[in-house]
Amino acid sequence: MQLRITDQDGVPIYVQVVRQIKYLVSSGRLAPGAQLPPVRKLAEQLLINPNTVARAYRELESEGLVISRQGAGVFVADGVSPLARREQQRLLAERIDVLLTEARHMKVDVEALIEMIRRRSEGFDSRTS
Amino acid sequence: MTDEIVAIRALSRNFGSTVALGDVTLSVVRGTVFGLVGENGAGKTTLIKHVLGLYRAEQGQVSVFGLDPVGDPAGVLGRIGYLSEDRDLPEWMRVGELMSYTRAFYPGWDDRLARDLLEMFELDTGRKVRTLSRGQRARAGLLVAVAHRPELLLLDEPSSGLDPGARMDILAAIVRTVADEGRTVLLSSHLLHEVQRVADRVAMLHRGQLLLNEPLDDLLARHRALTIRFATAPTAPPSWPGALGWTGQGVEWTCLCNGEGTSCKQFAEEAGAEVVEERAPSLEEIFLACTRKEASGSKPS
Repeated sequence: MQLRITDQDGVPIYVQVVRQIKYLVSSGRLAPGAQLPPVRKLAEQLLINPNTVARAYRELESEGLVISRQGAGVFVADGVSPLARREQQRLLAERIDVLLTEARHMKVDVEALIEMIRRRSEGFDSRTS
Repeated sequence: MTDEIVAIRALSRNFGSTVALGDVTLSVVRGTVFGLVGENGAGKTTLIKHVLGLYRAEQGQVSVFGLDPVGDPAGVLGRIGYLSEDRDLPEWMRVGELMSYTRAFYPGWDDRLARDLLEMFELDTGRKVRTLSRGQRARAGLLVAVAHRPELLLLDEPSSGLDPGARMDILAAIVRTVADEGRTVLLSSHLLHEVQRVADRVAMLHRGQLLLNEPLDDLLARHRALTIRFATAPTAPPSWPGALGWTGQGVEWTCLCNGEGTSCKQFAEEAGAEVVEERAPSLEEIFLACTRKEASGSKPS
């Protein structure tokens, strides 16, 4: 599990950890049953406060994304797919909002934007593979 | 056992006509990292010297582990690991001598931890402190500050003038200290990005006064940076309530505001201006806006 923490803006670090783990789960890079690193280990790896990691794990647990088994560790919960799908939609909606804002500033209307997305999508596989 | 590791109540200190500390009250809770920030000369070191018992509280009270650091130096200092910017280590000692010398003062000295750190820091026990590089000297200071597993790790500008590698070693020592159940860190620094990484709570000193003292995440959550586009370029940015500071030029200005920016957004709308970007400002941006506002507010007009 690779997370990237930034201290260049003011998004609280526990929020960054929560968001990135959610992203890894919803994109399938963290599968159900996978074990998260122990609090201390992740804190040392990322050079952040262990209390912050513990807070992020608690948050993820209260949302049902992970479960903590006494003495064994913290694991990605089974059956998170509906939640993961919601999270996927939320993540995409966030990106779309950014795109819409920029398009509006550039005075590109929605129809033209959709047309651009379609055209980009057609050549997408050949460009990325 | 008290959970208040450091308790400072209404502490004031003057040097001649200069107010070094003015009515400062704060407490550092067990198991947390407390970040003390402020410009040079803001009073951070004066405060830390009170915690170490090097200054007696003339007005107000200071207690550490529930004890008076001046009245009971043995009971307090033996439980503190201290590293300062000057890293005042005996220059003439070899690293090995420095370790055995320090070891004699602390019953809790952990030989195994000391050996591990020696290896991790690639320190040579035969080298004289005088001949060490800046970074290696800081690592030697850090080793003797943490090898007795202090209940309170007290760091006064530990990273000043150090290369990124040495700064990372210091951050890692902070993280390990808190990860060990119940141990506590008081960190004074003007490297605000580092404070933002590790602090649970932040206090901001400005000319001896405490401007802020709250959980870091709360502080970050109640500030916003709004980039505002005006219809016509203002000669000077407007003085809206809630706006701590402005940067920019021409028609686009970025306003650092408190209270989640709601009032500033309203003012922008009333002024016919558009909010084109909104983001969470870093601790450094908040700090600069607060200190500049204080400095301009206290200027005689």
